[in-house]
Amino acid sequence: MNADTVKIVTQLIYLVSTGLFILSLKWMSHPSTARRGIVSGVVAMAAAIGGTLLDPGILTYNWIAAAVVIGCLVGVPLSWVPLTAVPQRTALSHAFGGLAAGLVGAAEYALWVYQKKEMTSFETGALVAEVILGFLTFTGSLMAAGKLQELIPTRPITYKGQNAINFSLLGVALLSGALLVWQPTWWGLFPLIVLISLTFGVLLIIPIGGADMPTVIALLNSYAGLSAVAMGFVLDNKLLIAAGALDGSSGLILSIIMCKAMNRSFTNVLFGAFGQVQAASAVIEQRTAKSATAEDAAQIMDAARTVIIVPGYGMAVAQAQHRVRELYDALTKRGVTVKFAVHPVAGRMPGHMNVLLAEAEIPYDRLVEMDEINPEMPEADVALVLGANDVVNPAARHDKSSPIYGMPIIDADKAKTVFVIKRSMNPGFAGIENELFFADNTLMLFGDAKAMITNLVQALKE
Amino acid sequence: MPFIPWILLAASAPEGGALTVANFLTLLFVLMLATFIGLEVVKNVSRLLHTPLMSLTNAISAIAVVGSILLAGKAAGSEEQPVIITIMGTIALAASMTNIVSGFLITDRMLKMFKKREPGKS
Repeated sequence: MNADTVKIVTQLIYLVSTGLFILSLKWMSHPSTARRGIVSGVVAMAAAIGGTLLDPGILTYNWIAAAVVIGCLVGVPLSWVPLTAVPQRTALSHAFGGLAAGLVGAAEYALWVYQKKEMTSFETGALVAEVILGFLTFTGSLMAAGKLQELIPTRPITYKGQNAINFSLLGVALLSGALLVWQPTWWGLFPLIVLISLTFGVLLIIPIGGADMPTVIALLNSYAGLSAVAMGFVLDNKLLIAAGALDGSSGLILSIIMCKAMNRSFTNVLFGAFGQVQAASAVIEQRTAKSATAEDAAQIMDAARTVIIVPGYGMAVAQAQHRVRELYDALTKRGVTVKFAVHPVAGRMPGHMNVLLAEAEIPYDRLVEMDEINPEMPEADVALVLGANDVVNPAARHDKSSPIYGMPIIDADKAKTVFVIKRSMNPGFAGIENELFFADNTLMLFGDAKAMITNLVQALKE
Repeated sequence: MPFIPWILLAASAPEGGALTVANFLTLLFVLMLATFIGLEVVKNVSRLLHTPLMSLTNAISAIAVVGSILLAGKAAGSEEQPVIITIMGTIALAASMTNIVSGFLITDRMLKMFKKREPGKS
């Protein structure tokens, strides 16, 4: 084949690959077609790699083979992580994506300088965008992964003038980028841009707390996609742009959903430092909550027609999902209808609770979204709150002074009886007192989530 | 699907050479159309599957593999490309491959877990 034929063949392959990537996401619309989506994605990726390997510019396959082997050696074990650790795996994966984009950008620039190639301003501009996005995604995602794995403190770290520092750093990076576009031979600016982007990524994540992680992970997902888009502009490659844009829009939609579910704006998540603001919230009067034993709870649940379980991050921490499955079985066997009410921000990443419950083999048609379950709540005999806190706090509905006022919540308080499994009366992450715990129809079940559910199942069987 | 002809149209523009204004505009077309398609398609993704969706897009965004292959595949140490650039390309390729392999595998692992109720059980 001559060079032109190869080019046409490659473009045709890229075209098919783009179509398959779109179908891959389209088939994720329902669990019954989702696995077809993976096949489509794998074929698309294989085609993209195959098409690229045809490039006449490739003279040696040794380095490529070595990199592929390393990628498999790291990638395969990374796919075995427990499902509770999926958020940090995802963050780590964004970091790899950002690193790849940043390195390719830096290498391309070095190559241009080395070969003394003339650069158009579009090329330099796209390259600067790729490098900034790539490297800030790299360090930002590493920080997010570190926080999720609790290698670094999960509480937001804030200091005076934080936003001013962050914005001026980003400003310097963008300004240097603009100068570089204007004068592409001022290559000394390039390492500066790389350095600032790396620093900015770290500083951006420092003030973000655990409960905001779902939004931030989704946003970093979007950045990883956008850096691929920028790379597509640098390499004049439509497949990169299309696939990167699919990824970017997916991350964007997920972060919008997360923001809406917390009734907050992007800027508030990124620059608001949620945790710090809360500390100053109003003094709460002393009230006492009623507590009950597992046996009491089992008795009431046994007599119930419907039990709605509201899972939260606490369930993941306690690894209680398999015990929950036993409870589900025990109740279902007694003719009780059991449903799960899943709040969009429950857990540490979008959809986290659904995956954990699916792992415990709870049928997915029992997992109900917030908007669908709320009208059913007043009919429910029992709501069992398991490791969730802010997402069931009724203050969000009526208390204008509450920091979470306006956030859509699961109306667990409207059920006839509410059980809350909790270690102690300590308020949750944000330090907000939850008035659900003091409601007349609420009974607290104090103890470890896993142990408490086990006791409940025991008591039901007796 | 009505959007496929548009992608075809956008993809048929001449390829190669420096990034000129005409090329840049074509690429901008692709970006805009792909973004709209992406937004529409992802909006329809079941909320149950948002975690698998993220790991799937992890794998898809590793499409950056294309750029890294081109860098890693050029003869290292030749007059055209110093070794350091090949090494950077190789590291980028290894990172992308990691994402591709682990992204698809873990998505598959998670999706296998989503099951309907077995018939006969209430």
